Amino acid sequence: MTAMADTRAPTAPIGLLAELTHRCPLGCPYCSNPLNLERREDELDAATWKRVFNEAAQLGVMQVHLSGGEPGARRDLVEIAASARAAGLYTNLITSGVGITTRTMRDLYEAGLDHVQVSIQDSDALSCDHIAGYSGAFQRKHALAGEVVRLGLPLTINAVVHRANIVRIGEMVELAIALKAKRVEIAHVQYYGWALKNRAALMPTREQVDHAIGQLESLRRAQRGCIVIDAVLPDYYARFPKPCVGGWGRRSLNVTPSGRVLPCHAAESIPGLEFWNVRNHSVGEIWLSSPAFNAFRGTAFLREPCASCERREIDFGGCRCQAFALTGDARATDPVCHLSSQHALVTELAAIQEDSSYSYRRM
Amino acid sequence: MIAPDAKPRLPRGVRLTHNPAHGGWVLLAPERLFKADAIAAEILKRCTGELTFAAIVDDLAKTFTAPRERISADAADLLDGLIEKKLLEL
Repeated sequence: MTAMADTRAPTAPIGLLAELTHRCPLGCPYCSNPLNLERREDELDAATWKRVFNEAAQLGVMQVHLSGGEPGARRDLVEIAASARAAGLYTNLITSGVGITTRTMRDLYEAGLDHVQVSIQDSDALSCDHIAGYSGAFQRKHALAGEVVRLGLPLTINAVVHRANIVRIGEMVELAIALKAKRVEIAHVQYYGWALKNRAALMPTREQVDHAIGQLESLRRAQRGCIVIDAVLPDYYARFPKPCVGGWGRRSLNVTPSGRVLPCHAAESIPGLEFWNVRNHSVGEIWLSSPAFNAFRGTAFLREPCASCERREIDFGGCRCQAFALTGDARATDPVCHLSSQHALVTELAAIQEDSSYSYRRM
Repeated sequence: MIAPDAKPRLPRGVRLTHNPAHGGWVLLAPERLFKADAIAAEILKRCTGELTFAAIVDDLAKTFTAPRERISADAADLLDGLIEKKLLEL
C-alpha cells in the first residue's frame, strides 16, 4: 500500500517562497537562510521572476511569498510584485520593515499586493535592536507597519521567540494589537541555518516553553475576534515531529535568489541532492522531475518505526533536514519524535543552553 | 450573529478564486487558504459590500429554490466564522 501511494503523480503545489535576495540589513542570529549566502550578482532578474510566477500559476500555485533576505533590498521589488499579482497569485510580502520606504509601500499597494508580514524581534525596543543587530530597527518596523495599515492592507506581525524574549510573548501580542495587525505569529525558533549555529544561545528552558504554551492558550481565549494568534511550537520539546512543509515536494517550493528550486529553505543542507535551476528548466518540470523533489516524496523512503506508523501520512517521518542535521542520515526518523531510537539526543541537545553572545548573520 | 441589514464584504487581502488544479473554489487569505464548496462559493461571491445579508439570502433562496431559513442559517454560520477569523468585514 505504501508503495502504491508513492506512484501517484505529485499533487499540485500551493505555495512558492521566492527568496528574491539574501541581502539584508539585519543580522538576526536565527535567520533561516543558509550559512553560505548567495551574492547579488547571481540574483535572478525581474523578467525571470515573472516567468517563474507564470509557470508556477500554471502548475496550480496560488500563493507567492516574496521574501529574502530583505526583499526591500531589490530596487525592482515593485515590478516583481506586480508580475506575481498579474500571474493571478496571492502576493504576500515578508519583510523586516527595514529598507522599504513608505513610498515603495504605496507603490506595492498600487501593484496589487495582498498582504504584508512584518517581523519583530522583541516588544522591547532595545532588545529588538540588539537581536536584529541593527540600531533603530524597532522604530522603522513601527513606521512601516503603520503605513501598511493606513493603506488598508492586512498586516501580520511575525515574532520569533527564543531564550531572550520568550518571557514577553504577552507584550508581543499586545504590540501586534497596537499596530492593528489582524494576525500575529508567535514562532519559536526552528534550528536550521544560522539558528542551528546559535542553538545554545537561543534555546529556551523546558519551564519557559511550558509556560509559553499555557500563556498562548489564554491569550487566544482573551483576544478571540480581536486578533488571530498562530503559533509554531519548539519542536525540540515536542513528542511528535512537525510535518515539514506539509510533506516533501507535496505543497510548496522555494526558489533561491540565484534560481535554485528547493523543496524547503533548508534542503541544501542535505548533501548529495541534485537541485535544478529555473534558468534551465520550467517550474513544472522541476516540480515533477527534479531529483531533489523526488528524493523524499511520499512515504516509500520511510523505515521503521515510521513505515508502519499511523501518523506517516500526517508528518511523513518529520523533517528530513533535521533528521540529517541531528543523526547524519536524511532518511532516519526525525529524532524529535519520541518513537525515534535516537530521541535521547534531542533531549541532550535541548539541555545545552548558554547566555552567550550571538553569531550574527552576515554576508 | 450577523444582522439582516449588515453588508458583508471580503476585505483587501481576501479573495475568492477558481483553481482547477486544486479542485475548484478557494478562498485565499493571509498565509492560509480554505477550500470553498459550491454553496460557500455562491455565498462569498455575493459578499461585495453592496448587498445586505437579507438580500443575499433572498437571492440565494430564489436562485437555488431552497428554503430561506435553511439558507439563512448556513450562510450565517459561514460568515460568522469568517468574521471571527478576520476574513470578512461588515
